Amino acid sequence: MANLKADELGVKVASDPSLTTGAVPAKDWMDTPAVFEPGNYCYQGKSEKVEYISDALKNNPGLFGEPRDWDIESEDWKLPENWKEIIINGIKERLDKFRSFKIFMDCCVRCGACADKCHFFLGTGDPKNMPVLRAELMRSIYRNEFTKAGKILGRLAGAREMTFAVLKEWFMYFYQCTECRRCSVFCPYGIDTAEITMMGRELLHLVGVNTNWILEPASNSNRTGNHMGLQPHTLKENVEYLCDDIEEITGIRITPTWNRKGAEVLFITPSADVFAEPGIYTAMGYLLLFEHIGLDYTWSTYASEGGNFGLFTNNELMKKLNAKMYAEAKRLGVKWIIGGECGHMWRVLHQYMDTMNGPADFLEVPKSPITGTVFENAATTKMVHISEFTADLIKHGKLKLDPSRNDHRKVTFHDSCNTSRAMGMLEEPREILKAVVNNFQEMPENTIRETTFCCGSGTGLNTGEIMDLRMRAGLPRANAVQYVHEKNDVNTLGCVCAIDRATLSALIDYWVPEVQVCGLSELVGNALVMDGEKEKETGLRFEALEGMEG
Amino acid sequence: MKILYPFVAVLGLILIAFLGVQVGLAPVFGIVFPYLALLVFIGGFINKVVGWGKSPVPFRIPTTCGQANSLPWIKQNQIDCPSTTAGVVARMFFEVVLFRSLFRNTQASVYDGPKLRYGSSKYLWLFALLFHYSFLVIVVRHMRLFTDPMPFFVPVLEFFDGILQIGAPTLYVADLILVGAVLFLFVRRVLLPAIRYISLPADYFPLFLILGIALTGILMRYYLRVDIIAIKQLTVGLATLSPTITGEIGSIFYIHLFLVCTLLVYFPFSKLMHMGGVFMSPTRNMANNNRMVRHINPWNDPSIKPHSYMAYEDEFREFMAEAGLPLEKELPAKEEAPVADEPTAEKE
Repeated sequence: MANLKADELGVKVASDPSLTTGAVPAKDWMDTPAVFEPGNYCYQGKSEKVEYISDALKNNPGLFGEPRDWDIESEDWKLPENWKEIIINGIKERLDKFRSFKIFMDCCVRCGACADKCHFFLGTGDPKNMPVLRAELMRSIYRNEFTKAGKILGRLAGAREMTFAVLKEWFMYFYQCTECRRCSVFCPYGIDTAEITMMGRELLHLVGVNTNWILEPASNSNRTGNHMGLQPHTLKENVEYLCDDIEEITGIRITPTWNRKGAEVLFITPSADVFAEPGIYTAMGYLLLFEHIGLDYTWSTYASEGGNFGLFTNNELMKKLNAKMYAEAKRLGVKWIIGGECGHMWRVLHQYMDTMNGPADFLEVPKSPITGTVFENAATTKMVHISEFTADLIKHGKLKLDPSRNDHRKVTFHDSCNTSRAMGMLEEPREILKAVVNNFQEMPENTIRETTFCCGSGTGLNTGEIMDLRMRAGLPRANAVQYVHEKNDVNTLGCVCAIDRATLSALIDYWVPEVQVCGLSELVGNALVMDGEKEKETGLRFEALEGMEG
Repeated sequence: MKILYPFVAVLGLILIAFLGVQVGLAPVFGIVFPYLALLVFIGGFINKVVGWGKSPVPFRIPTTCGQANSLPWIKQNQIDCPSTTAGVVARMFFEVVLFRSLFRNTQASVYDGPKLRYGSSKYLWLFALLFHYSFLVIVVRHMRLFTDPMPFFVPVLEFFDGILQIGAPTLYVADLILVGAVLFLFVRRVLLPAIRYISLPADYFPLFLILGIALTGILMRYYLRVDIIAIKQLTVGLATLSPTITGEIGSIFYIHLFLVCTLLVYFPFSKLMHMGGVFMSPTRNMANNNRMVRHINPWNDPSIKPHSYMAYEDEFREFMAEAGLPLEKELPAKEEAPVADEPTAEKE
């Protein structure tokens, strides 16, 4: 991969001959070492974070290796002496625990259908970012240790020894995958690189190879209830500030409740939504919506994180962090749960939560108190996505909406990887959009719905030290935004993901600075006609509304 | 090397069969190897599939490729995002029989600017279909050799396969298509830079092997005369466990048969097991009813509990009290300076 400076990257993806320009690399991939240099890797986890997380999961020792100070660019990662054994045993254990992993190790035919589906490959041209090769990084070791052909024929059978060079490769490329599952849509056998990356990261953690950008939020989430590390009073205060802004804009004072027992609904959203722009505008949208319909609901400071960075480490930590949701719902005695806008959060809620931490038999099947709709699709999980909830309200005409309040916005919609490919929530956000904005324009086919492109910074890669990589990985997404910006004057990129709101902002600021990123609920909040409101002159981010300028 | 070694290996196999028969090992190549190969194939295949089956599916992880079952007025995509068993069966049917996922294939190009474009790209899907179906037709046609009387569909298939009525013996279309498709898949692998880069000897070997099988078969049928009566006697004998070799069958037959035996033996230990894997892939064969029906993970660890609320409140009680947040346990009477900046140990 050529390491271009930012301004060059703005013109071309690769300067040297690369797969993106049609050239075949001269060296076989097994002979091409991974080289770490500033800018192409996430910083290693601080030893105190490893220590804290290990202690939190002390019933499952060894999951995070030994806490230590180490340096990724060094040739000595201070690995345990028997690290190879730990890795090989770890593979064995996971082959026995995950059928997906076992099958995906065996049945790839290397047809290459996945190759150009990966945003990391399209943005870097690095052959090891083709999903098939990313998986081969692991398969080559699997063959060597667990298949007859690999043991006898070695490299001829695509097998190789586990070495430090391989470990470095794993660290580099399992952290250049956002587990977005786009490749798995196109694979004729449904091979899901996310499964392989997850296993790879679990294995790396076993020998203490990790990133701080994931471990620190996960530690925070365990201790303070949220990734941002917001303590209870700060959290409440942040939301009060948002209520101040809402009052200034609409003239309505909202006083949400916290940790309230006996509320009908518990509301959980990513903490980023109450922490920074543009997420806070989405949170203001939630507040306005719930006020508008008079929902009997409560926020929680203890379960104050929708997201789950545990998902990016191992299934044990994911389970532990997620368990707070049901625990809090039970403690507060609510009937069901609404979840805010977030991508990987919904991967966990939809595909893992009930299995890991259910059954939630102390909750009731979610029923909208406003429309009477029973959310049968959440009958056992008892957790409903805010977009499902809002779309139902709109369909039943329960919201007073004035979409012209969003007329200063020409909106396109970014499907999050997880809500589209791990949940199938495609129409609900669009139904909402059609009701709250007058100008909605889809991005081109092959870049939306189930073939949507990742923001390029998911799975804990949303850190500043790999900006070049992030801008590359997000190129396919940004390019589609640019297309509708140039063709249709789109100036707003809607989304239903907190990571998106943060990362797309940086991405779009680089590639298409004329476009703003906003959560769907912000657009809902803008359009809501509240009882007793004053004449609105601005939107939720104090931007002038059309016809109200000056 | 990646291409040469497997090519030489197939040539070597041909040579082994040729020489073996010359030195009087016809019964070994005609009787012993076929039985062994079949045993290895069946045993290996079952072993592999059972091996996969032994590992549980801890989580329900379908890749949803369309709108999910949601609110009643939102139209679900029942095939690409099924929520029922019937839907899963339909999805698997389209996947296995029509290669639906491969049909989605696109070709991305990166231009300076940078600009990305995604074009439709159906040729891999087309040739994969042609390859697999012509192979299937040929395998079914070969049932003529192992059954007496043969099942009704074999002559029907032969009739349609030979419908062009060219030459004598009649040219089978499937033969042409198979050779064409294998050559296409080979050329694609060599010519496309990305595909060439990811290819292993294990990708070329089955292509050469199948090409060898097809070409020796074609040679036998159209060019080199073999004793068809003797062959049928042997093959029916193999099928009825009383094989006999009468007369000179011709080396080409033994070469063909030996390559088939090699394919059978190679199959369970190679990527060819995608034939079994496609049915068992959890991203395809599971219903997206995650929030409706609880999925059980047999190794779920109940000892993993959340950092408890009480431990949380213990740490932040002073702050919570000050902020007016409800508490489970009221503050003790005496004032204590709150310490909340250092992580505390878990209390569970």
